[in-house]
Amino acid sequence: MIAFWVLAAILIASAVWTIAAKKAVYSVVALLLNFATLAVLYVTLSAEFLAVIQIIVYSGAILVLFVFVIALLGSGVAPFATGPNRLPKIWLPAGIFTLAAFGFLIYALSNVKMAVPAATGAVGTADVFGSVADFGKALFTVELLPFEVTALVLMVAVIGVITLGGEQMSDAEAPRSQVRADRAVREAILREGKG
Amino acid sequence: MNVPIADYVTLASVMFFIGVIGVIVRRNPLIMLMSVELMFNAANLLLIAYARLWLQNVGHIFAFIVITVAAAEAAIGLAIVVTTFRPEKYVDVDDIRALHG
Repeated sequence: MIAFWVLAAILIASAVWTIAAKKAVYSVVALLLNFATLAVLYVTLSAEFLAVIQIIVYSGAILVLFVFVIALLGSGVAPFATGPNRLPKIWLPAGIFTLAAFGFLIYALSNVKMAVPAATGAVGTADVFGSVADFGKALFTVELLPFEVTALVLMVAVIGVITLGGEQMSDAEAPRSQVRADRAVREAILREGKG
Repeated sequence: MNVPIADYVTLASVMFFIGVIGVIVRRNPLIMLMSVELMFNAANLLLIAYARLWLQNVGHIFAFIVITVAAAEAAIGLAIVVTTFRPEKYVDVDDIRALHG
């Protein structure tokens, strides 16, 4: 119980830090803290495999990708609009909406008395809920179709990124002389057609 | 040691709303993408909490799919940011409307 509240406080503080940071690099650091804390919370919910995946995929892959892009774009500040944030225009309706949503949520949950039991503490055995063996057995037998869909999603992402990056490459790396020569040939053909 | 499920729902919704506010308020597209990641993680936390409550593996499978989708989204979103925002030219997030209907 105490562990949950400590983790919740860290989660919310790091989430606020993520969206309030001046530079994108600080946001990445805050988000890293957020994801690591979430991994700890997953362990207390006896989702061991997902805790490891959280660290490897989120902290290891996605956040490193963010750091790469920040480094590529020059500290992440220069090319972006540096005007005021958009909160002043909409803070009143957004605040009212948020408070109403929270009020409704607390009202709806006030009658729920179910409690999530703590993790059992037995790690590594196959029959324990949430262990790697348990998760893997479900993933490769009953839930095989979602697993294949996952592969499809990743392939679509790869193709999309190649398409996006390929366009930029062909624009940036086509030699100027080649472009000029192409245009000369095209104009010559047009002139012949008119004549 | 047992935590009420309502506390998990409250924590996840607070995290989700922080992400929503980040997307709405910030102008830096990288921080907007990170706020989207925050929202993904709030949903994941709820999925895993309910999976533990009902002792169902399906929540874990679904959280796994969400993590995959988040990875794909981050890759494509960052590719769009890199192709759209060049260091030498000034671009406002509001001016990018290629996907408007």
